[in-house]
Amino acid sequence: MMKITEGSHAVAEIVAFCRPQVVSAYPITPQTHIVEALAEMVADCKLDAEYITVENELSALSACIGASAAGSRVYSATTSQGLALMYEACFNAAGMRLPIIMSIANRAMGAPLSIWNDQQDSISLRDSGWLQFYAEDNQEATDLHVIAYKVAEDHSVLLPAMVCFDGFILSHTYEPVDMLSQEDVDKYLPKFNPYEKLDAADPISFGMYATPDYYHEFRYEIDNAVKRAGGVIKKAGKEFGTMFGRDYSSMTEEYRMEDADTAIVAMGSVCGTIKDAIDEMRASGKKVGLVRIRVFRPFPSGDIAKALSKAKRVAVLDKNISLGAKGATAIEVKDAMYGKATPILNYIIGLGGRDVRKRDIAAIVALAEKGEGDMFYGLRKEVL
Amino acid sequence: MRELRIHGRGGQGSVTAAELIAVAAFEGGVYAQAFPAFGVERRGAPVQAFVRFDDKKIRKRSQVYEPDYIIVQDSTLIKDVNVFLGVKKGGIVIVNTEKAPDYKVPDGVKLITIDATNIALKTLGVPITNTTLMGAFAAASGEIKFAALENALKRRFKGEMGTKNIAAAKQAFDVVKGAA
Repeated sequence: MMKITEGSHAVAEIVAFCRPQVVSAYPITPQTHIVEALAEMVADCKLDAEYITVENELSALSACIGASAAGSRVYSATTSQGLALMYEACFNAAGMRLPIIMSIANRAMGAPLSIWNDQQDSISLRDSGWLQFYAEDNQEATDLHVIAYKVAEDHSVLLPAMVCFDGFILSHTYEPVDMLSQEDVDKYLPKFNPYEKLDAADPISFGMYATPDYYHEFRYEIDNAVKRAGGVIKKAGKEFGTMFGRDYSSMTEEYRMEDADTAIVAMGSVCGTIKDAIDEMRASGKKVGLVRIRVFRPFPSGDIAKALSKAKRVAVLDKNISLGAKGATAIEVKDAMYGKATPILNYIIGLGGRDVRKRDIAAIVALAEKGEGDMFYGLRKEVL
Repeated sequence: MRELRIHGRGGQGSVTAAELIAVAAFEGGVYAQAFPAFGVERRGAPVQAFVRFDDKKIRKRSQVYEPDYIIVQDSTLIKDVNVFLGVKKGGIVIVNTEKAPDYKVPDGVKLITIDATNIALKTLGVPITNTTLMGAFAAASGEIKFAALENALKRRFKGEMGTKNIAAAKQAFDVVKGAA
């Protein structure tokens, strides 16, 4: 049913429909509205879950790890410094193969302190073994949570997943969302069936130490599982489309790429603005298209190389920076395009909440046409 | 697409106003998007909130720079912030003030002044003008129906609070309609 609601509240509502048995989180702007709403649902007996209040984010994820290992469907949410505080637990969750779902209301990393949006927080956890989804709008932000549970809990995957949506830009935006019902979610998402769980009657261990004889192979197995998740995401996304009419069978979205000379690659909510800018550029005769990355882990290299195969140039927009190198997406896209002569130019945009307008997208395309890239776009030179 | 920019000070309910205007617009069958420009979150600091209206899905995520409508909740902002910046020709500016304007809106822009503080004080007992100005906006812009605004207010403010806020909005709606 279409309704107009705040992004965070839509996410909280869909998460409740996924019937998590344990929720543990610590409030942090701009994620707070999600966990506030879930805490209220638990307090009002509208959500039959254990809500574990904790002293910080490391404890929140640690509580989730314990609950997941005990066989519960669990949920958490965080952002920025909160996610950074979870760092070691993130690697543990993936290594123990626990299908925890966590919303990330993307926010910049301090210092300097910034409460505003970019994607540095989750990008910095790209090597942790978590699957990473990035939503363009609040419709996707809600739908992707349901898909994430299905994929993460699949016995050929068994990995945690972050569902990332831009802080404030999506989390605090009221817009129409076609909400699934409880019956819809129940029909799509089966009950969590743990592959293994902690059981006093049949004791096992999770995450014990591995000697050099085993550790290497453990990492290999986790890497394989992340890669296998690609096929599972496509299948689960297709099934979602068949049932509810919104197709998520591709890890990327191509927008007006059919004859595009300049291809933009980007992720998250800025893609909406990019699409509007592309329509305007197309109307004035410029052949521009967009390849939007919806799943960053596993990285859909093959799909991206295929989508970009006919472009004359590629402009990769990153709301993050691997300091001393490039934006994370640009690094991946270059890897995907290895051996091809197509120029790939990187633009760091919108860090710490800097607004990105249609005219910025047009300016970036103009720079790409001149071959100028690999830069922080829109620097205020007067403050440098 | 039409765009609204609301200027206020922290604590005046600009973000709530944007949300409820979007909710009312959606009830009227319009695709609406409302979002805040969060700055320093403290009372009294200048804040902005935005609403977009369209008959199709809104994809754009940048802030509003060329609004069709502007609401200024606090006229003392006018000397600190260029609240009229970028307003479109043919646009409408609503300013909450009891004074005759000593400022100029750009050419081709309609200025509506309303003493929303007085209405709010008399109706609600507090100088919080967001719901009053929503009524003025409904009358001046035609983007939202008063009945839809009434429903949105009723859902947000329970009981007597709802009745009072609706009364404040209705008074402003009638004042602006009467002046038109």
